[in-house]
Amino acid sequence: MFTTWKARFMNNNILILSEGMHTSIQDIGRKGFRSFGVPISGAMDKFSAILANKLLNNDEKLPVMELTLVGPKLLFEDHSLIVLTGADMSPEINGIPIKMNHVYEVKTSDVLSFGELKFGARTYLGVKGGFLTEKKLKSFSYYDGITSQDKIHKGDRIRIASYDASLDITSSMIKVKNSHFDAKKLEVTKGPEFNRLTKKHRELLFKRQFKIDKLNNRMAYQLKNKFPALKNSGIITSATIPGTIQLTPSGKLIIMMRDCPTTGGYPRILQLTDIAINQLAQKKQDEVFKFDMESSFDFLGRLVSRFKD
Amino acid sequence: MNLYKLTYKPLGSIAVLVEWPKLIDPDILRNISLFRLKIHADMGEYVLETVPAYNSLTVFFDTAKIKYSSVVTDLKEIYATKDQKLITANTLWKIPVCYEEEFAPDLEHLAEVKKLSVKKIIELHTEPLYDVYFIGFLPGFLYLGGLNPKLEYPRKDLPRLQINPGDVALAGNQTGIYPRVSPGGWNIIGNSPLSFFNVDETPPCFALAGDKVKFVSVDQLRHKEILQEVQDGVYNMESEIYE
Repeated sequence: MFTTWKARFMNNNILILSEGMHTSIQDIGRKGFRSFGVPISGAMDKFSAILANKLLNNDEKLPVMELTLVGPKLLFEDHSLIVLTGADMSPEINGIPIKMNHVYEVKTSDVLSFGELKFGARTYLGVKGGFLTEKKLKSFSYYDGITSQDKIHKGDRIRIASYDASLDITSSMIKVKNSHFDAKKLEVTKGPEFNRLTKKHRELLFKRQFKIDKLNNRMAYQLKNKFPALKNSGIITSATIPGTIQLTPSGKLIIMMRDCPTTGGYPRILQLTDIAINQLAQKKQDEVFKFDMESSFDFLGRLVSRFKD
Repeated sequence: MNLYKLTYKPLGSIAVLVEWPKLIDPDILRNISLFRLKIHADMGEYVLETVPAYNSLTVFFDTAKIKYSSVVTDLKEIYATKDQKLITANTLWKIPVCYEEEFAPDLEHLAEVKKLSVKKIIELHTEPLYDVYFIGFLPGFLYLGGLNPKLEYPRKDLPRLQINPGDVALAGNQTGIYPRVSPGGWNIIGNSPLSFFNVDETPPCFALAGDKVKFVSVDQLRHKEILQEVQDGVYNMESEIYE
């Protein structure tokens, strides 16, 4: 009886003791408002965000918390079930190490903290029933100017769904492939302006190793390598989507990520597949990779073959 | 509707990029708007959203319901149909702008290099009926066409770190209004007290692609009044329907 009453009338909250590097609430994205200039946003590594919800038996569209490089410190004010997916930031509950991809029950006053980043770049915290933050334009995803804040701050109290303690914990063992975090090749397809690239450009694109610049965030990842610019370097402003790789007039390669603007004015030479966006979201400054068009022919063969020169 | 030779390309695995000739042209804008309306009417079952730009329309489709090649076939078929009379009511929005010094850090410099008086620049900027081509870059940023060539001026070499909401700016052959605080390299010549993106309203922007915009010069006092009226939710936006 008490549980039912509590479930209906009480809020469950998480108190933010320290905020980490860039912590935000994200779901699978804000769709349907691109023609108003509203970015799609959503979890950078969608695979790990959805995995967190699946492990909790949540709807996969529910919002999760995205942690970047340095985790926050959180205090649970009430009971809940939680799970962590994505990057391993050495998580602990009350100072005791816990496993990734494993559901844990937390109780009032339990503290979740993080330590050394072992692999990956972004961790997802899922809670049973999801986060109950403000929903704007049909999505919970934080984005400056759409939601009232763009990241979580120390002292915030984040509402989460109340949890009925009588639910059973279903423990399923999940092993995420290492390639999700250490892929040396990222799958690409041709971008709309691929055909503007010279033979030399193409050779460089697929032979060279690329290094991630310090300018990398939810909007875009810039690459360090200098790349030869195109002769006709401009395009008339047109749509960009997460994974679109633009070549700027100064020879910079910029990979659009989840918060990217809806339109852009640079040639779109390549497009990361959705799997590759998730893999890139788990990489950080100075990590290296190559672009790989071969496997994308298999994966999206029919689509790509339309592009043959 | 079948006026142009269009090209169809994939954008990732989720969208079809339809491209018109590489021009910024009011006739292309009208053709895109009409095609867009027909797509939403005829293909609404699996088209999730469409994003117009100057000479392109990007059609996002539900990959669980349909494949790329079928979307292209349907798009081509719709584009080839004889022009049907679709009622397209567009709006002309009158946008108050204060061009006074306090709001126009780059106006005097522009007047100097253009060898025009500040008054003349305001006259040239408030004269045209600008076409709203699309909204992009930031939520609520209108891409306008129709700037008087006499006002064309390159963007600043060093972008400003902060441009304020409502700032009216010029760059190249474009003019636009910043909907919110942002860095930017355009030359600021005024400020509008209106709000160009309201997250709690449906739709969140009052102007839509295909509409027209006219700037109306107001003084600092009126700017302040309008700002208050907008905040109080009592501002009456001036607009006209045109065909």
